Amino acid sequence: MERPFLARNPSVLWFLLGLAMFTIGVTVLSEAAGLGLVSTSFLKTLGKTLCLCLVAIAMDVVWGYCGILSLGHFAFFGIGGYAIGMWLMHARTEGIVLPTLQAAPLPPTPQEITDAIGNQIFGVVGSSEFPALWAFSHSLTLQLLAVVLVPGLLALVFGWLAFRSRVTGVYLSILTQAMTLALSLYFFQNDTGLRGNNGLSGLQNIPGLEHRSQAEVSLWFFWASALALALGYVLFAAVVSGRFGSVIRAIRDNEARVRFLGYHVEHYKLFVFTLTAMVAGIAGALYYPQAGIINPGEIAPIASIYLAVWVAIGGRGRLYGAVIGATLVSLLSSWFTGGSAPDINLGLYVIRWTDWWLVLLGLSFVLVTLFLPKGIGGLFDRLVRKGDAP
Amino acid sequence: MSTLLEVSGVSVTFDGFRAINNLSIQIAEPELRAVIGPNGAGKTTFMDIVTGKTRPDEGRVIFGEKSVSLLGLSESRIAQAGIGRKFQKPTVFEAQTVRENIRLALKDTRGPLDVLIGRKARDSEDRIRAISDEIGLTEALDRMAGSLSHGQKQWLEIGMLLAQDPRLLLVDEPAAGMTPAEREHTTDLLVRAARTRAVVVVEHDMEFVRRLNCKVTVLHEGSVLAEGSLDHVTGNQDVIDVYLGR
Ligand SMILES: Nc1ncnc2c1ncn2[C@@H]1O[C@H](COP(=O)(O)OP(=O)(O)OP(=O)(O)O)[C@@H](O)[C@H]1O
Ligand SMILES: [Mg+2]
Repeated sequence: MERPFLARNPSVLWFLLGLAMFTIGVTVLSEAAGLGLVSTSFLKTLGKTLCLCLVAIAMDVVWGYCGILSLGHFAFFGIGGYAIGMWLMHARTEGIVLPTLQAAPLPPTPQEITDAIGNQIFGVVGSSEFPALWAFSHSLTLQLLAVVLVPGLLALVFGWLAFRSRVTGVYLSILTQAMTLALSLYFFQNDTGLRGNNGLSGLQNIPGLEHRSQAEVSLWFFWASALALALGYVLFAAVVSGRFGSVIRAIRDNEARVRFLGYHVEHYKLFVFTLTAMVAGIAGALYYPQAGIINPGEIAPIASIYLAVWVAIGGRGRLYGAVIGATLVSLLSSWFTGGSAPDINLGLYVIRWTDWWLVLLGLSFVLVTLFLPKGIGGLFDRLVRKGDAP
Repeated sequence: MSTLLEVSGVSVTFDGFRAINNLSIQIAEPELRAVIGPNGAGKTTFMDIVTGKTRPDEGRVIFGEKSVSLLGLSESRIAQAGIGRKFQKPTVFEAQTVRENIRLALKDTRGPLDVLIGRKARDSEDRIRAISDEIGLTEALDRMAGSLSHGQKQWLEIGMLLAQDPRLLLVDEPAAGMTPAEREHTTDLLVRAARTRAVVVVEHDMEFVRRLNCKVTVLHEGSVLAEGSLDHVTGNQDVIDVYLGR
């Protein structure tokens, strides 16, 4: 008799329980709902971290379980952020521009409104025209669709081309980096119509919620991020368990053999690649309103490499490992680079963590690879196995 | 007994080296066939061609009563058409349990969406059990395949082959690294499988081939040197020269 999904995967239940407790704890301590021990800016950091955990588990599924070392998933994350950012900017600018126009003696024509909004948004890049990319930016629904569809379609087309030609291993990783580089260069260009290196800003101001405090809005985003992570975790846990999980792990370990069993390996890879890209888009769409700003630097190739590093440090091939890696490394990173870490004065030389953090990260990556090939998550396995021993 | 697989006039060249040279072989259904030949004779390459791993330079490979040409098909399509293969070096998924390995091979839907959300075939556990009984690995169902002995891995791979329920089984050196008792068990498995299917066995060990008690094809330098009963081929002067008389 088949037992229910959660009963077969107790670690999912534990994770959900932990996440729920964490969310409740943070809520109680937050400024909006209670004690105010967690500042709003730290609340945003925590909410953003949850989004990073979501993209990290997506990365773990595509790399740790299916063996595709994609160095492009952070680009999908960024695209999700841009997609929602376009609506946020449009709607908010409209909210600012409209009252002024309507105060004029003559009621403004639709064209005048569009021009005024365009002028506000694209003035920084010396333009006032709405580029074609912004055709749907007036509609929240359409931009929300874009959050999943654009990364999904991009991944589908890219994956179809790459997997069909049986590009694997390092070559595939390089190809994903090339895609990421091309995307970030494209986003950097003023002509693209995404405000070049200015990116999109003011994303923390949610249209329609102007009368709400940032403390409140941040808490809602924190909750939404926690919910998205919970749903994503359950979704991916379902994907990596059962026969589907068995097939993709088999593809990871010996894809040629899987073909001789009659599975279309390319279809599986494409499915996993696309699904994870879509989830990455959702994670990005929740992240950037909390960050307040997105620019093309966010989707630079290096960001996707960091994502792989998080998963490697946390332990790939186990979802909670990706969560551990993303949480630990991103929080430490913002602590070290944010100037909070005390500099170490060696007399002759002062170690400034803002400069040395990357060295430390690189070193930890090497150490983990050498001594903890299963990452930090692998330590749990050892503990559990010890506990099981008679 | 009708022809299931027809290979005719097939040649393959690797960097100028002719590994398969105008090879023609017919396999009936049901039939048990042994393929022998010295190292490098092209036995594995023959299987590579039939299963779509290697594309021949010329020749035809026809399968089934509808005479489907296998040459344009991908490995997975060929497998779905009913051809299963056991590799020379046992290749099971070591990081998965014996049960998962058999489940992967079990004849069932193969598309990603079906596999993800499709209902579990009701009798799959029974079928897994039947196969694990057949290959003597029921006790080990929940063990990692990587922890099995060499002989057990060979069996698991044969079990995966049976689980696919193919019409044609291509079995490359199934008894390598097995004890005499294990070999006997393997012979039984293959003979039983061949009652309803076509089974092609590549093997070096003459004793093993003798126990299979079936028609034998001798390959040499990529083409058929002799064909017939074991006694017939071992009496053939060419065969004695190139293979047995070494
Ligand atoms: N992919 C390849 N590239 C180059 N040469 C190959 C390739 N595959 C096979 N060969 C060569 O083709 C010849 C036939 O090889 P094959 O593996 O089919 O022999 P075999 O009969 O299976 O031998 P064995 O008994 O050693 O398994 C050998 O000389 C081998 O080196
Ligand atoms: Mg061989």
